[in-house]
Amino acid sequence: MSQLLAVVIDGIVYASWLFIIAVGLTLIYGVMKILNIAHGSLYALGAFTAVSFCTAWFGHNYAAAGSFAMLAAAAIVVGLVFGPLIERGLLRFMYGKDEVVLVLVTYALFLILEDVIKLVWGVDPLLVQGPNGETPYSVLGNFEASGLSYPYYNLVLVGVAVATGAALTWVLTRTRSGKLLIAVIHDREMSAAMGIDVGRTYFVTFTVGAMLAAVGGALTAPTVSVVTGMGAEVIVMAFAVVVIGGLGSLPGAALGAFIVGMVRAASIHYKPELELFSVYLVMAVVLIVRPKGLFSGAEVRKI
Amino acid sequence: MKIGTVLRAFVAAIAALGLSQTAQAQDKKTSIKIGFVTFLSGPAAGPFGVPAKVAAEAIVESLNAGKAPPPYQSKGIGGLPIELVIIDEAGGATKQVSEYRTLVQRQDVDIVIGYIGSGDCLAVAPVAEELKKLTVLLDCGTPRIFEDASYKYVFRTRPHATMDAVAATMYLLDNRPAVKRVSGINQNYAYGQDSWNDFEATIKTMKPAIEIISSQMPKFGAGQYGAEISALISSTPDVIHSSLWGGDLEAFMLQAQPRDLFKSAQLVLVAGEPYLHRLPGKIPDGTIVGARGTNGVFAPDSPLKRWLVEVYKGKAGLEPNYPAYSTAQSFLGLKAAYEKAMRDKIGSAIPMGAAKNVKEEMEKAYSPPNQEEIIAAFEKITFDSPSGKVRMALGKGHQAVMGTAYGTTRFENGVVKVGNIKYYDAEKVTPPEGVTSLDWIKSGFKRSN
Repeated sequence: MSQLLAVVIDGIVYASWLFIIAVGLTLIYGVMKILNIAHGSLYALGAFTAVSFCTAWFGHNYAAAGSFAMLAAAAIVVGLVFGPLIERGLLRFMYGKDEVVLVLVTYALFLILEDVIKLVWGVDPLLVQGPNGETPYSVLGNFEASGLSYPYYNLVLVGVAVATGAALTWVLTRTRSGKLLIAVIHDREMSAAMGIDVGRTYFVTFTVGAMLAAVGGALTAPTVSVVTGMGAEVIVMAFAVVVIGGLGSLPGAALGAFIVGMVRAASIHYKPELELFSVYLVMAVVLIVRPKGLFSGAEVRKI
Repeated sequence: MKIGTVLRAFVAAIAALGLSQTAQAQDKKTSIKIGFVTFLSGPAAGPFGVPAKVAAEAIVESLNAGKAPPPYQSKGIGGLPIELVIIDEAGGATKQVSEYRTLVQRQDVDIVIGYIGSGDCLAVAPVAEELKKLTVLLDCGTPRIFEDASYKYVFRTRPHATMDAVAATMYLLDNRPAVKRVSGINQNYAYGQDSWNDFEATIKTMKPAIEIISSQMPKFGAGQYGAEISALISSTPDVIHSSLWGGDLEAFMLQAQPRDLFKSAQLVLVAGEPYLHRLPGKIPDGTIVGARGTNGVFAPDSPLKRWLVEVYKGKAGLEPNYPAYSTAQSFLGLKAAYEKAMRDKIGSAIPMGAAKNVKEEMEKAYSPPNQEEIIAAFEKITFDSPSGKVRMALGKGHQAVMGTAYGTTRFENGVVKVGNIKYYDAEKVTPPEGVTSLDWIKSGFKRSN
């Protein structure tokens, strides 16, 4: 029983982390039909910027709790700088091209950004760490559940994931701009003919998606050592999640993340040698049964 | 007239070309060009690749200036200055094979030193054999290179990884004989799996009563270890074995430390030495660490060690870690072999007066040794290094053996210190020639048949 509880907690924590990373990917695909490989770089940029901001914060000997503000600031800055830069500077010239071309374009961008990161931050692993070794991860303390101690930081992850999902759902279903967005998803040309500013919709969507990637990176930074190449690892997992859920589907990303998180946690606890295999087994099974993912196909609306 | 000028220019050009070609052919060797392959990007760059590169540059600079302590005081290698061509090892084995071909066939290097990843070493070794190019493997650990194959052109001047597991187990049982339950967390790729399999087999052979509870094999670069840590805590091990390195090790330590995983479980970090200065306060007291040989903090004091520390510190500002020691071993091993080949040639030259063509014979004897002669001298050589004496004793004289050491950490005045250091002789921790590592462990460490 206690082990089952541990599986559920571990699963939910991992699923939240996955969801934060995958939701931006699926949002951008849903609206713009771009499978954004550079999402991994934006995630890495979020993490590296978070390191720099937090290091500066700790360098002034400010209270460790404030480092959370630095994480948020890093995500916002990366989103607001790189989102518009990439969308206005590169992607808008590519709209209307084949989806495969766009994958290649974003892949090229991914490679470029990886090198930019190397140029700016170097190749040494970096840590978000205060003068006495405190990190946003450990500063909140632990809670006990089923005989195990978990950092409260994990609850922050879960909270951010739930809040992100809820906010996006609310915007898409309850607001005017959400309805305009859904119109654009359905039929880009018709929406444009009706006077919807498609370019602006794309601009905002990509910026939000970029910011979500950076949020994922910034929240991950305190728990890992931030190294070049971290974006490549993440994009594979995020892609698996999004494919399981159905490309472009918001509930799909949530369900995909939940399934992957649970399966992974269960295999680690009960059969660790199957960990890597299990995630892709789920992906294969889902794709055999529903080739377009769980939340795709019958529904016309994708987001 | 005009045609005449053009023709003359053409002929002159051809002649010049021909001259320069013959000039080149007759040109005496003026330097030794060494291709050096190491990770300059990717997760292995920070902890291993870049320290190896910095060490290579520092060592070559010092050797070229003739500033190394004896027996390496002669300039460069055999008097010829070393020229380095540095290549990035990132990108996987297939890419490395083609990079290797470029290095040998286009850049025309004399010798290749390099490769940290075991997969890269396994892939490049047969190609070195095919291209007949002397290649010294730098820092990869897999014992399979000379256990599964036999090479003429390939050498490895650092010991293989079996001793890491064997010595770790000996150290553990020496210091904590009551240990009952052991778990592991290793990366799911060649090195991680080899490490764990060797360790598991050694434990089973040396003390079958020990229970192996769980072996976590997260993906390389997984980053998130929450569930693994939960599983490890709930399996209540006395000891956790790990060959994690780089960002993965740091992420695991960052996530495990606040969750009190190490309150009850002692950690064994097979390759923990390069992180001691990076994770102060995050490596729990009593962690057993190794440096994959008598490198770094385990290197006994000697003029060569002091030399390496000095030249490395001059470039990097830090103490050299074990990849820097491996780099020193490869350059010094090569230099020792090359200069031994020179002495062998002179020694075996026909004594003066006994031959007719004295001048020619003497010129031949004093010319730089060719590759075959270097290889003959390299096989089974024993040379000094900053980590102690290296013997090329395995793999028909192509694989180095050395003793190794383990120690226990304690946190003191803001730095991690390693104490209770124990040394293990090469014979105790390395299989004999002709026996594979796993067979040797399973046979109960038999030295002879």
